[in-house]
Amino acid sequence: MSNIEIKNFNMYYTNFHALKNININIAEKRVTAIIGPSGCGKSSLLRSINRINDTVDGVHTSGEINISGKNIYNIEVNVGILRRNVGMVFQRPNPFPISIYENVAFGLKVNRIYSNKNVIDDVIEKSLKAVLLWNHVKDKLRKSALSLTLEQQQRLCIARVIAVAPSIILLDEPCSSLDPIATQKIEELIMQLSNKYTIVLVTHNMQQAARISRSTAFMFLGKLIEFDDTEKIFTNPSIKETEDYVSGRFG
Amino acid sequence: MKKTKNTIIEIIIFMCGTLSVIFVVSIFIFLLKESLGFFREYNILKFITGRNWYPDSNEPSFGIFPMVIGSFLVTFGACIIAVPIGVMAALYISEIAPKYVHDILKFLVELMATIPSVVIGLIGMCTIVPFVKNFFNIPTGLTAFSGSIMLAFMVMPTIVTISEDAIHSVPWKYREGALALGATKWQAIRRIVLKEARPGIIAAIMLGIGRLIGETMAVMMITGNSASIPKSIFSPVRTMTATIAAEMGEVVKCDIHYKALFAVGLVLFIITFIVNFIADFFLGKNK
Repeated sequence: MSNIEIKNFNMYYTNFHALKNININIAEKRVTAIIGPSGCGKSSLLRSINRINDTVDGVHTSGEINISGKNIYNIEVNVGILRRNVGMVFQRPNPFPISIYENVAFGLKVNRIYSNKNVIDDVIEKSLKAVLLWNHVKDKLRKSALSLTLEQQQRLCIARVIAVAPSIILLDEPCSSLDPIATQKIEELIMQLSNKYTIVLVTHNMQQAARISRSTAFMFLGKLIEFDDTEKIFTNPSIKETEDYVSGRFG
Repeated sequence: MKKTKNTIIEIIIFMCGTLSVIFVVSIFIFLLKESLGFFREYNILKFITGRNWYPDSNEPSFGIFPMVIGSFLVTFGACIIAVPIGVMAALYISEIAPKYVHDILKFLVELMATIPSVVIGLIGMCTIVPFVKNFFNIPTGLTAFSGSIMLAFMVMPTIVTISEDAIHSVPWKYREGALALGATKWQAIRRIVLKEARPGIIAAIMLGIGRLIGETMAVMMITGNSASIPKSIFSPVRTMTATIAAEMGEVVKCDIHYKALFAVGLVLFIITFIVNFIADFFLGKNK
């Protein structure tokens, strides 16, 4: 079970009310897209699901985000374990300035998941294979991750997340700094991964949401306006604002 | 009209730029000229490896080996104290302290850099020197160790501010990436931030060492000025800088002793040049 149930969730940046009473159920093992114009709160919502927003000064929240039935904002929740289970890939590829091997091994080492070197090597190989990067990098694992192309760097960042065996992967506009061909390849990868992982994708690219997600949430001014099957959102939305946005009248 | 004004300003700026280069080069040429005069009269090998500095005896000997050891001992001791504290302080200011504490501390550390070294020497004479004497129960508190403690204070601002800049310039996305993989703040700092900031931290340390080796006033007042090879860090020592400062007033111009002091200056110049060169190399690497 790795569904995400968000209940009456509010988030503030000091005095700014960024997320207003969000209620949404994200089903497991499929791609759910969150769309909306810039500043609508879609990234803030995504960043609340692994509590990475805790690191921003002045952030406070109310309400619940339940993952597999447990509220992650409970005091006794171990944020390290939560973030291992809820991986995140960022807008700009951010591999660490260390070797390709060490990048994937990082999560295993800090979480002390395995100590046997053969097992670690094995996990690294599997993770890199899962993102279709293994054949490119198997002979240069000791080279700096920054020597890869942007698309390969983003694949590496996904591999790094997969290595610690999460059940949920959050993607924050993962293709926004990639060219169209690289974007298409990453999209194919995301669809493939949705067989095994619950994927939440924030994107400002509506076509991308239409292409790869099964459910889509539309957010506007900090509120969740509509949440439904992707097909319905893009062809027959129930709410006027959604229709105006997906038809390109604003945004 | 506007054009002539422009040209005049350009010429002035160009002249200022060239002048500073000319100054540095002429200082070096002057040092070299006097030193070469000395080496014509005194064997360079005996100068560097000689263990005795008796400039005023009938058979004068100019061995700077004890002073080189003295300089390095004091500098090394100061580094051992200042580097760990300085880098930790930089980490605290950059990564842990809240914004307003960060601003206050940064300001104070920069202020600390402006204290004249003679004042630091004076304070050291009345505090560190008697403390070292009593605490370790040794005949005099004027030792290399006391000098190291004082110099550690002096060099701390350099190490803290430049390391802090290096740590601060590590992009936030690396920390975020590490935290998102379940790392703790400390793991993110140790495994990623420090690694990325390392060239800048090394440059900070090198610049600090360059400053330490050239420091004169405080060490002259505190280290005891004994030009013999120190037995331990608790012996009095004399540095190259202190030798020049202490003896320059007493020499006859163009005498061999006079020239010998310039030769000491040349050695010092070469050492600081190398240290600064290494620092520049790492600073360049950081970019």
